[in-house]
Amino acid sequence: MISMKRILLTSAVALACAGTANAAGLTVGFSQIGSESGWRAAETSVSKIEAKKRGVDLKIADAQQKQENQIKAIRGFIAQGVDAIFIAPVVATGWDTVLAEAKEAKIPVILLDRTIDTSNADLYLTAVTSDTVHEGKVAGEWLAKTVAGKDCKVVELQGTVGSSPAINRKKGFEEGIASASNIKITRSQTGDFTRSKGKEVMEGFLKAENGGKGICALYAHNDDMAVGAIQAIKEAGLKPGKDILVVSVDAVPDIFKAMSEGESNATVELTPNMAGPAFDALKAFKDSGKAPPKWIQTESKLYTQADDPKKVYEEKKGLGY
Amino acid sequence: MKRLNTASLTKALPQLLSLLIILFLNYLAFPGFFEIRLQDGRLFGSLIDVLNRGAPVIILAIGMTAVIASRGVDLSVGAVMAVSGALAATMTVSGYPLPIVILTALGAGLVCGLWNGLLVAYFDLQPIVATLILMVAGRGVAQLITEGSIVTFNEPGLIYFGTGSFAGIPMPILIAALLLVAAIAVVRRTALGLLIESIGVNRSASSYAGLNSKMLLLVIYGFCGFCAALAGIIIAADIRGADANNAGLWLELDAILAVVIGGTSLFGGRFSILMSALGAIIIQAMNTGILLSGFPPEYNLILKALVIIVILLAQSFTSLGGWAFLKAEFRSKGTNGQ
Repeated sequence: MISMKRILLTSAVALACAGTANAAGLTVGFSQIGSESGWRAAETSVSKIEAKKRGVDLKIADAQQKQENQIKAIRGFIAQGVDAIFIAPVVATGWDTVLAEAKEAKIPVILLDRTIDTSNADLYLTAVTSDTVHEGKVAGEWLAKTVAGKDCKVVELQGTVGSSPAINRKKGFEEGIASASNIKITRSQTGDFTRSKGKEVMEGFLKAENGGKGICALYAHNDDMAVGAIQAIKEAGLKPGKDILVVSVDAVPDIFKAMSEGESNATVELTPNMAGPAFDALKAFKDSGKAPPKWIQTESKLYTQADDPKKVYEEKKGLGY
Repeated sequence: MKRLNTASLTKALPQLLSLLIILFLNYLAFPGFFEIRLQDGRLFGSLIDVLNRGAPVIILAIGMTAVIASRGVDLSVGAVMAVSGALAATMTVSGYPLPIVILTALGAGLVCGLWNGLLVAYFDLQPIVATLILMVAGRGVAQLITEGSIVTFNEPGLIYFGTGSFAGIPMPILIAALLLVAAIAVVRRTALGLLIESIGVNRSASSYAGLNSKMLLLVIYGFCGFCAALAGIIIAADIRGADANNAGLWLELDAILAVVIGGTSLFGGRFSILMSALGAIIIQAMNTGILLSGFPPEYNLILKALVIIVILLAQSFTSLGGWAFLKAEFRSKGTNGQ
């Protein structure tokens, strides 16, 4: 699938290049948050790959999780006169002034992965983000389809309490299973998005649900918690992926390893490729002058054991997750 | 074990009572709480979970007790755990043999601890500031070692430290128990415990009395770093991976809390390693209970805070002689009524 996408993208790039000679050779400044997680590292390396594919000169500034560094970097990009600025904003507020400066310099700004709170939406061209509610929904619908009417008790490992992906992935999953009255979430606890908490909480679930015999499926808000929970299930003497179905969100390499060993059933991808669609939107904007929609939603692709998890694992491993 | 007389039992009463009450509440929330069975040759049950999950904090609390008794505090233990776990994982992945991996990881923790001790003892930095440096920097070092990703490994020898078992007892429990016995023996069968207490009560007076307090502080912090490294190895082995961002995150606070629940004063002086371990078990019994109870996760922290407030209040009430006061009050009321 990825290679398919690549072929499509490269051919799209080739077409665009044929049409306008000036499309390639753009200079884009990218203010990245920092290296907070493996996903973030993968996003940076995929952005570099996507830029290289299109012949875009991408300058990446690492903000080390600080907004003031991001604002400095953006001012630097404006001074250099780049053709566009990408921002992965570390916080939602406080961007109006610096974005107004970019607008004055007629440099389009595209937000990646996260959006901002602003009174004036004209300050940025578009935002490329994933829909976290939709991710949960895809997971829920997969489960509804897989159990096909059989009674199914689900335990849920939530992300950090109060974080927006945790709230949205929970909501989306509930929407996904809403039409299947045979599926019920019996237990739901936070695993803080980490492996060790995922394992600890799953141990509790297994004890509380009659040694795990009462559990039909596990839904984890991220793959890391699922990886931890899979170990807990194994230590309780059950077979993850068979006795207890495992579905999670993110699509990090390690879950594909588990999937290739039959210990996980499905994962919904939070693609690290936010820059690709952003480059395409930027190119279209530069060529035709027509503004893209304010929100570009990335694909939340579902991977199952049928998608050659071993191959995906090899592909993803090198991305810095 | 002559020390375990009635006086020390009365002093331990609030903690023992809190543990019993928490265990009983857990039983009410989940009737199978005390069930223990053998699963794949390993003890399996909620009570085992409490000890197994509590083991890293017990180990941290052992080192932390010594530091706090010397009127210090070590905020860096969580970060040191991340460093040792990261080292163990990356070295295993690079193919180093197990003994070298373990020794290096433990050695790194020892070095981190000695660094803290150096800052506190020889440069006279306040412990909270001195160890704050490593708390922040240590996690950065761990992230450098793992290059920001979760390093997973499949080496059975290292995994054994997290999920293996000996005679049915999970390794983390065994390691924590051995360390506990060894530490208590060393501080109570020698003068070491007394020396630590004397530094905690008055460092300059101890020095004037001829005690090499600088060297002793160095050793104490080094030991605390060693304990943190041990806990770090267990946690990494448990999930078969080193997660530099999250391993040991906020565990320094749990360790300090365990020591405080155990009744050791943050102002140094008299301490009890055994009671700190009991404090760690109380914290974990509470965590496990919350997981089993099925409350929505939004209540986790509120429940924890409430329980801890009650435990600490009961403790301060006891140490202020509250029960005796109440008894006397009750008696005098009784006579007034006649």
